[in-house]
Formats: sequence, C-alpha cells, structure tokens
Amino acid sequence: MKKTLITLCTVAAVATIHSCKMKTADSAVSGDAASKVYVAPGKYDEFYNFVSGGFSGNVTVYGLPSGRLLKTIPVFSVFPENGYGYSEETKAMLNTTNGKVDWDDQHHLELSQTNGKHDGRWLFANANNTPRVARIDLTNFRTQEILQIPNSAGNHSSPFCTENTEYIVAGTRFSVPMGDADVPISSFKKNFKSTASFISVDKNTGRMKIAFQIVLPGMNLDLSHAGKGPSHDWFFFSCYNTEQAYTMLEVNASQKDKDFIVAVNWKKAEEYAKSGKGHTLPASYAHNTFDENTQKASTVMEKDVLVLDPKDCPDMVYMIPCPKSPHGADVDPTGEYIVGSGKLAALIPVFSFDKIQAAIKNKTFEGDFYGIPVIKYEAALHGEVKKPGLGPLHTEFDGKGNAYTSMFLSSEVVKWRISDLQVLDRAPTYYSVGHIMIPGGDTREPYGKYLVAYNKITKDRYLPTGPELCQSAQLYDITGDKMQLLLDFPTTGEPHYGQGLPASMIKDKQVKFFDINKNHNEFVSMGEKNTKVVRNGNRVDVYMTAIRSHLTPDNIEGVFVGDDVYFHVTNLEQDWDIPHGFAVKNSSSVDLLIMPGETQTIKFTPVKQGIYPFYCTDFCSALHQEMSGYLRVSAKGANVPLKFGSGVTAPETAAK
Amino acid sequence: MKKLTNPGKISIIAVIVLLVSLWFFPMWRIDLRAPQYPGGLSMKIWINDVKGDVDIINGLNHYIGMSTIHKKDFPEFVFLPTTMMVFMILGLVVLVLNRKIGYYLWTGVFTFIAIFSFYDFYKWEYNYGHNLDPAAPIKVPGMSYQPPLFGYKKLLNFEVLSQPDVAGWCYICAGVILVSAVIYEWKKSVTK
Ligand SMILES: [Cu+2]
Repeated sequence: MKKTLITLCTVAAVATIHSCKMKTADSAVSGDAASKVYVAPGKYDEFYNFVSGGFSGNVTVYGLPSGRLLKTIPVFSVFPENGYGYSEETKAMLNTTNGKVDWDDQHHLELSQTNGKHDGRWLFANANNTPRVARIDLTNFRTQEILQIPNSAGNHSSPFCTENTEYIVAGTRFSVPMGDADVPISSFKKNFKSTASFISVDKNTGRMKIAFQIVLPGMNLDLSHAGKGPSHDWFFFSCYNTEQAYTMLEVNASQKDKDFIVAVNWKKAEEYAKSGKGHTLPASYAHNTFDENTQKASTVMEKDVLVLDPKDCPDMVYMIPCPKSPHGADVDPTGEYIVGSGKLAALIPVFSFDKIQAAIKNKTFEGDFYGIPVIKYEAALHGEVKKPGLGPLHTEFDGKGNAYTSMFLSSEVVKWRISDLQVLDRAPTYYSVGHIMIPGGDTREPYGKYLVAYNKITKDRYLPTGPELCQSAQLYDITGDKMQLLLDFPTTGEPHYGQGLPASMIKDKQVKFFDINKNHNEFVSMGEKNTKVVRNGNRVDVYMTAIRSHLTPDNIEGVFVGDDVYFHVTNLEQDWDIPHGFAVKNSSSVDLLIMPGETQTIKFTPVKQGIYPFYCTDFCSALHQEMSGYLRVSAKGANVPLKFGSGVTAPETAAK
Repeated sequence: MKKLTNPGKISIIAVIVLLVSLWFFPMWRIDLRAPQYPGGLSMKIWINDVKGDVDIINGLNHYIGMSTIHKKDFPEFVFLPTTMMVFMILGLVVLVLNRKIGYYLWTGVFTFIAIFSFYDFYKWEYNYGHNLDPAAPIKVPGMSYQPPLFGYKKLLNFEVLSQPDVAGWCYICAGVILVSAVIYEWKKSVTK
C-alpha cells in the first residue's frame, strides 16, 4: 500500500512538471502555419521581399510566404558568382573618390513610389560605410547606378523617398567636418556637421543627382521617412547624440532625456535651392552609371554640391523633442502621425502633423538648437504608447489603423492602435529583432497581410554551424486580431530593412534575355564568323562567342607571358536563362557569367608559360563539359605566331 | 456552256478573300512541350516564312543532329505564294468567263495544290526527322524525330502537337466552299 502511494505521488509530480514545462522553440508554431507558407512546385510566391544584405554589401530577394531565396543582387560588393565588379564592364560601378571600394555595409532599401504607392520601377539601396546610394532596375534586377555622397559618414538614414520619388535622402550617422578638413577631434562642436542630402531622381530614367545638402549641427542622424498626403512636403529624420559627444558615446550620448526628430520642409528647401539661397561648395564624389546600350559602366567625378544652411533658410527645419535616443521615424499611411521610437525609452511617442503645423504657426517653441526652432514636446504630441515593451525600434503599418513596433530588448513585435494608442497584441520574435516590414507598410497603401521581422542576433532554431550562425527573418500572418508566426528563414549578412512588393506588379516585366541586335558593346562579336584575336603591343584582345555547346575560337596560340589578355565573350543565345560562364585556368581575377545577347570582358595576365584550358562555368547543356578550349602561353620572345581557330580551322593553329 | 449560279459566283469571291488571309496569318503550327520548357515552344509556318521559337528549337536539336531550320532553305516560301497568287487570279478569270466547267477545273487545281503541299510538308518532315548528322553527340538507337503531320506525337521527352493555324483554317474553309459549290453547281445543272 505504501509503495503504491509513493508510485502514485511520483507519477503526479512528473505529470505536473511536464505540464508546466516552459514554452520552447518547438511549441512556437501552431495550427495551419505550414499550409499558409507552402508554395507548391510550379506555383509562384505572392510577394517579392527585397532584403538588405548588411555587411555582405548586396541585396537578397526572397519569395513570400515561402521564404525561398530567389536572387542575390550584387550592389556594393564584388560578387564572384557573376563577375560583378570584376568584369571590365562593371568595375567602374564601384569607383569612389577613394578608388575602387568593392565592399560595403548595405542597410536600408526603398522601392520607388508614385502617389505614395509602389510603382515597381526601381529599388534604391544605401551603403553605410563609404556613403553611396544605388538604384536597381526591377526589370532586370541589376544595379544601374551608384552615387557617392560627399560630406557624409555612415550613410544611415537612407535611401528613403518622397511620395513621387522626387527625392531620395541620404542622412549622415557620423558627423564629420565639411570637405576633407584636418581638425582636432575635440573641435567637434565647432567643426563637425551632420548633413541631409536630397538626391533628385529623374522621372523617366531614374538618374540620380544630389540636388542639395542641408547642413545641420553635429549629431547623429539615424533614420528617416518622408511625409505622405497632408505631410507630403516634409521629411522626418530621427537623431541622437545631441550631446555632441565624440568619445565613449555609449555613456556620453545617452545623457539627455530627449533628442530630436528633425522635420525638414523639403518643398521649402527646393525653393531656397532654386532661388539661390544655397552655397556651392567644392566637393568630389563619384557618380557611376551603367549604360544598357554599350553594356558598360562609367564614372563621372562630380566637382561640387549645393549646400543649404538653415540659418539662411527660415521655416525649412524644425526640431521635435523625442525621448530617448530615437531610432525609427515612421509615418503612418494617412501622413498624419509620426512615430518616433526611442531605443532607450520605455514608451513610444506619436506626433501629430496637424499639431506640429499649429505649433509652428503659433511659435509654440521651447528654444532653439543652433538656431533651429525646437517645438514644445507636448505641443507636437498626439500621445504616448505606454509600456509597449523594451527598446522600441521601428514601426510599420497595416493600413487598418494599426501600428506594429519591433522591440529589440524584449524581442517581440507589438501591435497597437494609432487612434487611442492601446496595445492590442504582442508576439515573441525569439531572436533579437531589428527592422520589421509589412509589404507596402511604409506607403499610403499597405497590403497588410504579412509582417516580416528581421533578426540581428541569432541563436538556436537552425542546425548549428560552428561559431557563426546565419541571421534570420520571421514571417507572421497579420490578417487576424492576433499575429500568427508562420515561418523562420535564414538570410544573408545582417538583414536590416526590407521592402515587399506584390509579385504581380513586376513579374511580367522581367527581361528574359538581351536582344543581341541591340548589343552595342564595343567588343561584341556578331556571330562566330566575326570572332578574332588581335594583338596590339602586349595587349591581346580575344573576340569570342559562346553558344551551346562551344566557344569560338577554342584554340589560341601566340600569347606570351606578361601579355594583358582581354577575353571579350559574347553570348549568342537568345533564350531565357541560358547564360554561359567563362573562366581561364589560374585566372587572376574571377569568372564571367554572360547573359544571352550580352558581351562581357575579363582581363587575364598569365605569369607562367604553359597550356591554359578555358571553359564555360555555368552548366548550360548536356554538352556543357565539352564547352572548353585551350590557350597556349609561350615564354616572352618565343617565336610563336598568333593563331586561333575553332572546328575546321583549329588544326591550322595546332600546326606548330 | 452552262453559266455559274449566283451562289457559285459569290463563292469565288469568298474563296479569294479567305486565301488572302495566308499573307496575314500563319498556316500551320507545331507546338512542343517538355518539363524543362513549362511555357512550351511553338513553331509557326507561314506561306513565306517560318517564325516563332525556331532559334530555340534549332539550339535544342543540335544534340541529336537534326539540321537547323532556316527560311532560306525553303524554295516553298517562293513557289507557294506564287502558286496561290496565280490560283487567285485564275479565280477571277473563272468569274469573268462565267462557265461551270471553269469552276470545276479551278477546284481541281486547288485540290492538286492542297495534296501536293501536304505531300511536300510530309516529305520535309520525313527528311527533317530522319536525316540526322552522323556526327551527332547523342544517338538514340532506332530513333527518328519526324514531327506528326497532323495531331499529337511524343518525341523523347517532348510532346509535339501539329495543327492548322488561322490561315490554315481559312484555307480548309476555302476547300470546303469549293467542293460544296461544285456539288451545288452540278446538281443545278442536272435538275435544269
Ligand atoms: Cu555554356
């Protein structure tokens, strides 16, 4: 009897422990999550999700809801997979005033807009480290233009755009002196400035140009978003370190209770710029463009920039106090509410555009910051979301009056109502969340179906891979009252921000191949009959063609050690997804990946004599392995005539 | 000699109008489908050209040694339009002469052209499918690649469907009208 009792007690105790087992990773997903993200073979995803690649320097494209990686678009970093930044055609895309900078830290993305809605034309990307802004064409998913930003360091609040893509902004995170001035770091307050650059975008071509720079007091601009609807004329930047610390920022830049949201009336700024209120300052910065016609990138070094000083331009810039070290500055779809998230604050302040305008009109100011009027906090405030969570960072909107804010410290997404600022729901993110994205969630018309959380710090949940773990995104269904976690998927680099676009908007606009008749590359070979090898001093130009399943010419002799050999390979195919690759043994740079109808050039400088096989690197057909040839490299001064050929003409070349 | 009935005369105009479509629409189409081409490939044969995904099909066929298709290799693209043009002019002659016998002969010419064209098409398909390059990289024992003259056939992993296109259907319509009109004219002449 006693024994039975003990047994029973043990069973009860174990059962109790089991039932109050803490929530773990494997209990995170419930219900029909799997069926909601399953995209059957042959079916398309509903959304394209463009995700910044962080320190990888490129942009990755995923399908939603499946989370499948669709493409990596190289933007600011060389990319061996397709020769971006290595081929003679694309090298110039990475030119800067500091030479070719072939890495960067890519933080935010922005899709072009018309009337405050996505128009599916371009994707803009920023480079944080060597301040640059890039434009990617959404018909071919290729980087078309990169513009360097002068007087900037840490191009962080970038590349957000106005409602008709009139301007893309580039706000500096690190204040620096204007130009290349050599000054003591301790002269920060006197000499260091933060700048907000407004880049105009040509309506038709997308071509970018720095229209003007607004020079602001030394502090750290962090994030930004443009106004919408009633606030169309305005741009809002969050900033921190208004303490103007230049050492030990973790303490020294966190002293003040409030920093600012910087409100810029860009319409006014535009007027001032046109009416000559600005100063043209010397500045040097690279402007790189890719010409579709000649298939070649080129660089223009710009010489100056127009600078507007708020001192000379009244009513252009105002400061709104915002607790505490604000990070996000997000504008709701109506354009009335501006959410400033203080990453060290325990509340979320929401400002009202109407109230800001009234405060400006009535001069309800609490002073100024270096001459810029500071609006009274309460006068601008719509209200505060109380106790939302810890470390609010970024807010997106579902278009139904709700806002979603990421909480870095408490690792969760919090849903709250804009009208009465009530918290409605919260969902754990398991990782340390940074930005979140609702497709269209920063425009006038959010699609309001999914929310993606991009995670900065990752632990567990995937198979462990040594000390370095892949970073991650998480997909939530936000159609119901409660957010439902659907999926985790790994991402490249550190995913910062993302943008989402309905697939139907651009799917049918995709270029399938380039028309070879429009190939105006100066080294094109129009057909195999026009292939040749030309020597000029110690430069050898090989005009080569690639088609399934051979290269022409495939036998080349009469090349010497130390020659600069340029292989200009034209892909003669005119069919979708039939690229050919090209690599030479011991290639000193990289391989090429040449799209149908395109010509690309790789430079090869042999350092030793011998026979160098070259071959197609992209499996193109059943006879891909046969798609190869030989380059004979002889000692300098050897008596080997230049010969080349393919097929029936090849034996001639092999004669010697 | 017996004269044409009014419906007979109208049918001549109708036939000529239908045949004009040969210059505006393809006559025939051969569609190919395979798992690696989910969207399918299509070759369209016109009276004087071959269009559609010909280059892609040429690219695929080189593995099995089929000859590539080029417009310039088809004398048909010259003689077929000429023949049809002459045939249409003959129709006008028949209309002016206004004799039943002319109509019967005209239909006879049509029938001859139709049969000859089909024979020619078959012969081309036979040669195309059987005359393989002996140096072809891939050889499948006993395999030929003749496309179907009309209808469906499976060739390796490709499904092939061969059928008339817009102008082809117009051509068939013209044939039906001609034969119907011949019967009508014949009956009218017997009953009178
Ligand atoms: Cu290849």
